[in-house]
Amino acid sequence: MSDAAATLKSLPQSGGFNNSPLAQWVKANLFPNWWSTVITLVLTYFILKFLFGALSWSLFNAVWSIEGTDTEVCRELKGIGACWALIAEKHRFILFGTYPFQEHWRPALLIVVFLVLYGLSTVRALWNYWLGVVWAAGLLSIGILMWGGVFGLRFVEQERWGGLPITLMLATFGIALAFPLGILLALGRRSDMPAIKAICVAYIELIRGVPLISLLFMASVMLPLFLPEGLTIDKLLRAQIAIILFAAAYLAEVVRGGLQAIPKGQYEAADALGLSYWKKTGFIVLPQALKIVIPPLVNTFIGLFKDTSLVLIIGIYDLLNAAKTSTIEPKWQGFSIEAYVFVSIIYFVFCFAMSKYSQKIEAELSHTHKH
Amino acid sequence: MSATATAADSRPMIELRNVNKWYGEFHVLRDINLTVERGQKIVVCGPSGSGKSTMIRCINRLEEHQQGHIIVEGTELTGDLRNIDTVRREVGMVFQQFNLFPHLTVLENLTLAPIWVRKMPKKEAEEMAMYFLGRVKIPEQVHKYPGQLSGGQQQRVAIARSLCMKPKIMLFDEPTSALDPEMVKEVLDVMIELAREGMTMVCVTHEMGFARAVADSVIFMDKGEIVESAPPTEFFANPKSDRTKLFLSQILGH
Repeated sequence: MSDAAATLKSLPQSGGFNNSPLAQWVKANLFPNWWSTVITLVLTYFILKFLFGALSWSLFNAVWSIEGTDTEVCRELKGIGACWALIAEKHRFILFGTYPFQEHWRPALLIVVFLVLYGLSTVRALWNYWLGVVWAAGLLSIGILMWGGVFGLRFVEQERWGGLPITLMLATFGIALAFPLGILLALGRRSDMPAIKAICVAYIELIRGVPLISLLFMASVMLPLFLPEGLTIDKLLRAQIAIILFAAAYLAEVVRGGLQAIPKGQYEAADALGLSYWKKTGFIVLPQALKIVIPPLVNTFIGLFKDTSLVLIIGIYDLLNAAKTSTIEPKWQGFSIEAYVFVSIIYFVFCFAMSKYSQKIEAELSHTHKH
Repeated sequence: MSATATAADSRPMIELRNVNKWYGEFHVLRDINLTVERGQKIVVCGPSGSGKSTMIRCINRLEEHQQGHIIVEGTELTGDLRNIDTVRREVGMVFQQFNLFPHLTVLENLTLAPIWVRKMPKKEAEEMAMYFLGRVKIPEQVHKYPGQLSGGQQQRVAIARSLCMKPKIMLFDEPTSALDPEMVKEVLDVMIELAREGMTMVCVTHEMGFARAVADSVIFMDKGEIVESAPPTEFFANPKSDRTKLFLSQILGH
């Protein structure tokens, strides 16, 4: 051991601080020998430098508002301080897209409805058919809110919808419909019936083998060519279907992993008791299989949530596309980083909530029955 | 063992006629003939790989046979799913590995099939479950999960779960082989009690004490065929074939 390290090591021993558990932890984990000490110091330098840079850009040097329409203040500080004035002025456009300005309370209320529905759905004690009724009512109110045309609400055509409601709709219906479809595909892939098995395998491999972007293009450009004259499905619905079909293929393989982990004895015991295929699947196999695959399931859900942003390439104004568009105006050009940071925080909040919830439910389920 | 009567009471509960089964090239059951009358208890023993488990698993069609006839309570097991359902309602099975459902409580394990297969009202199913848990002497475990019970307790729950379907026949596939030695007796006691009440039973087991106590007939299988079949006193005192003698010397010899 070198002299320098020896000196370093002996330094903290002079104070009374040395005896506290924290000091002992710091010494044992951060400064146990000379090369760990070097690494600790170098990393600390970079972390502090990064933190200081991030904080001064985002807080200390940031511009929170501008006077009138002059963004010159922001331009002078470009690269030094963030221009949050953009968010102050454009947050409603980013959140609600081109939805009529006076009607913004409607998509805002929709977000609240979604959040309430998510909240209720996380409580396991409420998992019964009433939750289905609540969801049906919630979805109905969402439809009424967004379209309007009844109860004195002004009609708003789908082309003007945008922002966070679009992202939440695509993600919520994407997960809610892709999940059961994925389960059916996974069961089909393990079916004894050759035709069903072949169809499921072909579907999964085909859909997994192409990028989501190409599916979205097909849904947007090619699908209308095959539909009979006069019949049109709106663009948002077509994108929604593409997302569901895509996610289902991935979810099918996740669920199949869980199905394969269920011991043969569970199937045999259910058979011996005379349970039919669907009862055996619903009561015995799936509850156990899905519990095993909660981490990869939530992984896929989080991926799906963020993949909804790809709809921007077919011209749907979801949250990310609205953020991108918000800086098109000449005076705001060049401030897209601020817009992206803003929507990133929104994406992060939803994805992190999903992750936390999955950890909670995993813990709950492992308490009730250990193998 | 005659099996020609037509009245429901006197017809055999289980009848296997010239049953053959192959796993690929491997001939696992060779010309099995077996008749089990109402209330009879049959113990099946033999070295591992002799086909004894496969044979009883054919009786409720967990395994398919390829040749011959298996008739359970007048219903022949074929590819017909309705026949399989009919037979499985009448035949309970207890497995070596218990195969309880780990995500359900003991009570839910017991009531699931009565409620969903027999369409019994929930309350009635729960009362019956409590009755059978009392019979296997663990009513206090009703709200626990299988993972919280000992092996012997789990196997007794598994027996109670089968009994809740009110089966006419019980199949036991090495029910004590996976248990720690000190737990074997508690399971055998339950099985002996069940036998004394007149249940028709087919047990694959090497517990020769159990065979002596309750079996009407002991069957020795080797290499996929029934080598010998005799009442227990005769089977143990006077085994006829050399293979049986060798087997008995191996399991009783120490």
